[in-house]
Amino acid sequence: MNKTVNQKAWFFVIPVFVLVAFNAIIPLMTVVNYAFQETFGNNVFMWEGTRWFKQIMLSERFHASLGRQFLFTFIILFIQIPLGIAIALTMPKEGIGVPVCLVLMSMPLLIPWNVVGAMWNIFALPDIGFLGHSLNALGFDYNFTQQIGDAWFTTILMDVWHWTSLVVLLSYAGLRSIQPAYYQAAEIDGASRWAIFTKIELPKMKKVLTIAILLRFMDSFMIYTEPFVLTGGGPGNATAFLSIDLVKMALGQFDLGPAAAMSLIYFFIVLLVCWVFYTLMMRNEEKS
Amino acid sequence: MSLELKNVEKKIGLDTHIYSTNLKLEKNTINILLGPTLSGKTTLMQIMAGLDKPTSGEIWFNNENVTGMKVQKRNVSMVYQQFINYPNFTVYDNIASPLKITGVSSDETKQRVGKVAELLKLSGMLNKKPNELSGGQQQRTALARALVKDSDLILLDEPLANLDFKLREELREELPKLFENRDCIVVYATTEPSEALLLGGNTATLQEGKIIQYGKTLDTYNKPNSLVSAQVFSDPPMNIAKIKKSGDQCSFLQNDIQWKTKLNIKDGEYKVGIRPHNITTYKEGTNTLEIKGKVLISEISGSESLIHFTNGNLNWVSLSNGVFQKNVGDEMNLYMNTDEFVYFDQNERLVSNG
Repeated sequence: MNKTVNQKAWFFVIPVFVLVAFNAIIPLMTVVNYAFQETFGNNVFMWEGTRWFKQIMLSERFHASLGRQFLFTFIILFIQIPLGIAIALTMPKEGIGVPVCLVLMSMPLLIPWNVVGAMWNIFALPDIGFLGHSLNALGFDYNFTQQIGDAWFTTILMDVWHWTSLVVLLSYAGLRSIQPAYYQAAEIDGASRWAIFTKIELPKMKKVLTIAILLRFMDSFMIYTEPFVLTGGGPGNATAFLSIDLVKMALGQFDLGPAAAMSLIYFFIVLLVCWVFYTLMMRNEEKS
Repeated sequence: MSLELKNVEKKIGLDTHIYSTNLKLEKNTINILLGPTLSGKTTLMQIMAGLDKPTSGEIWFNNENVTGMKVQKRNVSMVYQQFINYPNFTVYDNIASPLKITGVSSDETKQRVGKVAELLKLSGMLNKKPNELSGGQQQRTALARALVKDSDLILLDEPLANLDFKLREELREELPKLFENRDCIVVYATTEPSEALLLGGNTATLQEGKIIQYGKTLDTYNKPNSLVSAQVFSDPPMNIAKIKKSGDQCSFLQNDIQWKTKLNIKDGEYKVGIRPHNITTYKEGTNTLEIKGKVLISEISGSESLIHFTNGNLNWVSLSNGVFQKNVGDEMNLYMNTDEFVYFDQNERLVSNG
């Protein structure tokens, strides 16, 4: 059968193309434009080639914030994924407890990010905040505005509080989709609770966990609002993660060229990690 | 070896799922639980296995009270409607899993898995994972897991329900062979009368949490003790009509068709059950009745043809051999074999056959 040629079909693609152009391609291209040029006032541009990229890649400041970023993301994934699965496993499977738990769990997810930051800032203030004051009253020398360890501790605690629910909800959905017959079959075999978890529950949750890890990686790697409101990147640069550092460079110092180059590098790192992770997970999927 | 349920009852909240049940299953038998969805087949099986406790009553196995004994301590295996296998294990490891837990040596495991895999035609795919297999092969793996460990009790809960027609037919024919020469009690739940007839053994008909009748499969089929049992054991559903008997003359209440009967019962009103395959487009048997019908629906099922028709305010279903189609609204003659009529009294208990 011969295909009929009908170029009119392109008209249907145009709205999507225009939409994507405005919300993704044009802003991205502006950044690309800045990344290769030196910008002066009155819209004067000078071609700089890959100078900004080299500068960023070699800058210690970038290495430091990238290191902090990976450390932070690694820690919160390490806490949130197991914790989320553990909570999902203990959640009720039927009755009134289900909606109650689900609503309670979704609550942190519904709070705007800057509100979370502000809440935790007040909560953790060493003099008047409930957390900060209590810790000091218990004899801990706690001050997140001055001590690096305390700042990290508070930021991580805040993120765990804010985002573990997402992992819980995804894991819970994964667990609920396992048919009861699997558990019965394991019971007949005499499998232990641990064996049921590793041989049935984890393999069956693999897909939702992949999504959970991807989402948590992306979100935590791009975290900005909450630490910005909580610590402002301080004390010093201790909690200046990549995006906080980027905004400082772009809007604080107005170094548009290096900031644009850094955004692109940042973007490619996220893209690369997600791609590698997803490909690995899906390759295993095909094998098994 | 025997499995005995004594006054077993199961209630969840105010709902009774199983009414007080007595049932004794003997060694080396296939026992079919036949009943529609929600008739209590699965609940009954779970109680038999020890996966679920009865609200009251006792379960005895080999003259030992096993009520409340955990399923791990009882030597049972179960196959489900869904294809239940360990997703990350190969077919070999899946089949071997019940043996590993009981600590069978690896040589013996290898030999036993090999044997059962051959029986179930899985020898070529022992290194594959379940999701690389077809539905039929996945269910074969689950069956192999159930057969490999020499259980005293093998429970199969509608194992063929999720398979497509061809695979179902194929496996259905192999099933009776699989249970031959096994020192165990097999319990097989199904909604399909044809499956029960094919497997033979004993059949219990179930309806709404009650066992209606239990006996040899053919006896249960030929001599249903009640209308309910007959309906459970008839697919397509049995035709039911009210009749009047006076002397040796019987007649339907809704038309003037009459026939002679040798039944030695009191005169009065009865109900007659006629299986669809005893109403045909051709004469079958010596005592046939002609009935005029107006075609409602005509459909083909396999190598048989179903005709739904009306006569005297009643809808009838007939099942004839051969493939043909009638036009809706056609008037036609059909023939009923009166030798196969099943008579029930007003309380829907069996009166007599023929």
